[in-house]
Amino acid sequence: MPTTLTTDVEIKPGIGAGGGKLGPGGDPFGSGPAGSKDWPPGWTSEDAIEPEKYRIGMWVGLASILMLFIALTSAYIVRGVPALSGGDSDWLPIAMPGVLWFTTGVLLVSSVTIEFARRALKRNEYARFKRWISLTTLFGVAFLVGQLIAWQQLAAQGVFINSHPHSSFFYLLTSLHGVHLLGGVIALSYVTVAALRMRIGFKRRTAVDVTAIYWHFMDGLWIYLFGLLFFFR
Amino acid sequence: MADVVHPVHGEVHRHPAPTGFIRKWVFSTDHKVIGIQYWCLALFSVFIGMALSLLMRLQLGWPGEEWGFLKTLFPNAAENGTISGELYLSMLTMHGTIMVFFVLTTAPQGGFGNYFLPIQIGADDMAFPVLNMMSFWITFLALVVLISAFFADSLAPMFGMTAASNVIGPIGGWTGYAPLSALGEKAGPGQGLGVILWITSIALFCIASLLGALNFITTMLNMRAKGMSLMRLPLTCWAWFTTAVLALLSFPVLLAAGILLLLDHLAGTSFFIPGNSYVNGKLITEHSGGSPILWQHLFWFFGHPEVYIAILPGMGLTSHILATFARKPVFGYRVMVYALFSIGLLGFFVWGHHMFISGMSPYSAIAFSLITLTIGVPSAIKTFNWLGTLWGGQIRFTTPMLFAIGFVSLFVSGGITGLFLGQTSIDLPLHDTYFVVGHFHLIMGVAAIFGMFAGTYFWFPKMFGKMMNEGMGKLHFFITFIGVNAIFIPMHIMGMAGATRRYSFHFNPVTGEGLHYLSNMTPLTRFVSYAAFFTIAGQLIFLVNLVWSWAKGRKASENPWEATSLEWTIPSPPPHDNFAGILPEVHRGPYEYSVPGAPRDFMMQSEPGAAEVHGD
Repeated sequence: MPTTLTTDVEIKPGIGAGGGKLGPGGDPFGSGPAGSKDWPPGWTSEDAIEPEKYRIGMWVGLASILMLFIALTSAYIVRGVPALSGGDSDWLPIAMPGVLWFTTGVLLVSSVTIEFARRALKRNEYARFKRWISLTTLFGVAFLVGQLIAWQQLAAQGVFINSHPHSSFFYLLTSLHGVHLLGGVIALSYVTVAALRMRIGFKRRTAVDVTAIYWHFMDGLWIYLFGLLFFFR
Repeated sequence: MADVVHPVHGEVHRHPAPTGFIRKWVFSTDHKVIGIQYWCLALFSVFIGMALSLLMRLQLGWPGEEWGFLKTLFPNAAENGTISGELYLSMLTMHGTIMVFFVLTTAPQGGFGNYFLPIQIGADDMAFPVLNMMSFWITFLALVVLISAFFADSLAPMFGMTAASNVIGPIGGWTGYAPLSALGEKAGPGQGLGVILWITSIALFCIASLLGALNFITTMLNMRAKGMSLMRLPLTCWAWFTTAVLALLSFPVLLAAGILLLLDHLAGTSFFIPGNSYVNGKLITEHSGGSPILWQHLFWFFGHPEVYIAILPGMGLTSHILATFARKPVFGYRVMVYALFSIGLLGFFVWGHHMFISGMSPYSAIAFSLITLTIGVPSAIKTFNWLGTLWGGQIRFTTPMLFAIGFVSLFVSGGITGLFLGQTSIDLPLHDTYFVVGHFHLIMGVAAIFGMFAGTYFWFPKMFGKMMNEGMGKLHFFITFIGVNAIFIPMHIMGMAGATRRYSFHFNPVTGEGLHYLSNMTPLTRFVSYAAFFTIAGQLIFLVNLVWSWAKGRKASENPWEATSLEWTIPSPPPHDNFAGILPEVHRGPYEYSVPGAPRDFMMQSEPGAAEVHGD
């Protein structure tokens, strides 16, 4: 039973109903300042609650991802400290593949570019938005390629996942981070394609926002893992 | 870019009622259908788990006896008609894993939580219906993978592994302790493919639970109806929310541990396998330097919150039902919420009490012990508030009420023994005995199951529009309540006598094999087995009641229990979008029973009125 709500419905975050999914389908192709009380025709109170819902969902999801890496960090520390791992430590740190400096830099810059993209979208500067969001996606892909090169360099030295504990953790942490980052790249590609096809509506604005939160988190997570793996060994 | 604004009709509910069978009942995004799916999955699983316990009690009571039907059931593993040690351990592992994950974790949270959280807060669905659907189907897949671990013996040749001829699956227990669980086939039968399937199933379950938890938290934070302030939420919602937070923070840790264990299996790493291990008559040379204790830490960091994930929804439900049928507000509503949170929070700092005998420093053991005993405080607050709720009430002894009172009773008797085990000096001799088995079955097993029974009898009318049969329900309650106490209280005595857990038998009176100091325990062991058979038979009454009530039960009215929360303001069963497009407004707390001066002895939450009495 579709009910069109009128514009004078008062909207409070945390009150109301919602449902639906992040993705296409019935998007109003409008652009309007989020949080405004004057909805363009066709928008409903739900559209105003959506962003809140996705943002909460993202933060909650990030908490669980954080716990995954906290658990692995504790494993890393226990496995690496001889007194804790039972004495016979076979800890042998690997040499850092040089390409990691490059990938770290790329990821740092991509966090800046996604912020530029988000700001441009807020100011409705579509050309700039398209440029920055495409660049961010490319940087994301470049990072992943860089990680693969790092693996290749290590494999060429004969360092594999089962060589010794430090290399096990290196492969494990980089691949888990990589899988999560790949999810971010897929989300970025989705908004980039939407942007190039000039279809950035209310919902996709939320998608850009939420993706940016995720992207910054993945960036921070990588800096942390990079530090853990190569400056705490 | 063209700023075209297309007029699009908005809908209060985003997904209209599906019409096809597949979209409506199989891949449904409706939280009510998903709730019923979870509930059915748990019902199916609980009967498998119970059948396994029946076979195990048969073995424990009459070790060495030959049973013809076992030869038919397990031609490989029980070729002589007796349950071999490996088969017993395999059954034990499956019983534990199925019960903990697919019954205790799915039914109270995924089942009732999914169905009733959105309705009780006045929302039309969960925040992310598609994630909700995925969460159920990943759980289903996890169950399929786990059950396939039963048949690892037959599946192994397909994966190029050798089939162990006398075992049916993984044999590591639900805790899967390393290094035996990490070594694969080298550690013995069932430890190869069986354990790989077991870990895979648990990893899938972790992902499904995380999606579910994300949905629960977002829904409760963001989708409450107008006027539904936090302190007006039914205690069930608080319990589901706390449970979701625990799941969100503890399942990733199990996932991490599972990944590490899988890598030890498949990639040749040594996270958990120490050097110079001598296993099964062979020296392990491929691995070195790992830490088996690390697995225990990671596992129990998850494992302890997990037992609260099983019990907390039951606590919320019990509070809800006690108030409803005592016709009184919950005694100390606010304190109940805080106690729930404290139990959840403290649950993250006590994992070490599962590991007192692992050789940990006595200083950390004291810290873990102290925090463990501290949990007694919020638990006692809850218990006394339940008693306070009952005190002086006009109690209606319906079946859900009986099960809720049974929950309180089991929570006390199971909880008291927790205070014993929480102390290092008492835990050391009692660890790995039947005392522990009795303790955790009473509190997290049976108490949680009583919560589920209470929920089923209480909400069946809303879910299916039919009343359940009260006579059969009461009979079911008394058989189950007497039965479970007859099973688990003697186990404490056996534990104090030194009966070790996880042994396929203690003393065989026919051959004289086994632990001789337990030879006089045989009658008690058989008594427990008889009690188990009696209790399991009693569950058939429940099954009959379900089917009979569903087909022929009396039609349920909108509010058969004269309860106050929002689910009782809508038809039974509720329409597709719960509130038919008009979201409710909430004007009062959830437990306004016997309000002085009110026309009836209950006031619906959506009833407007001058007297805005709060829950506390």
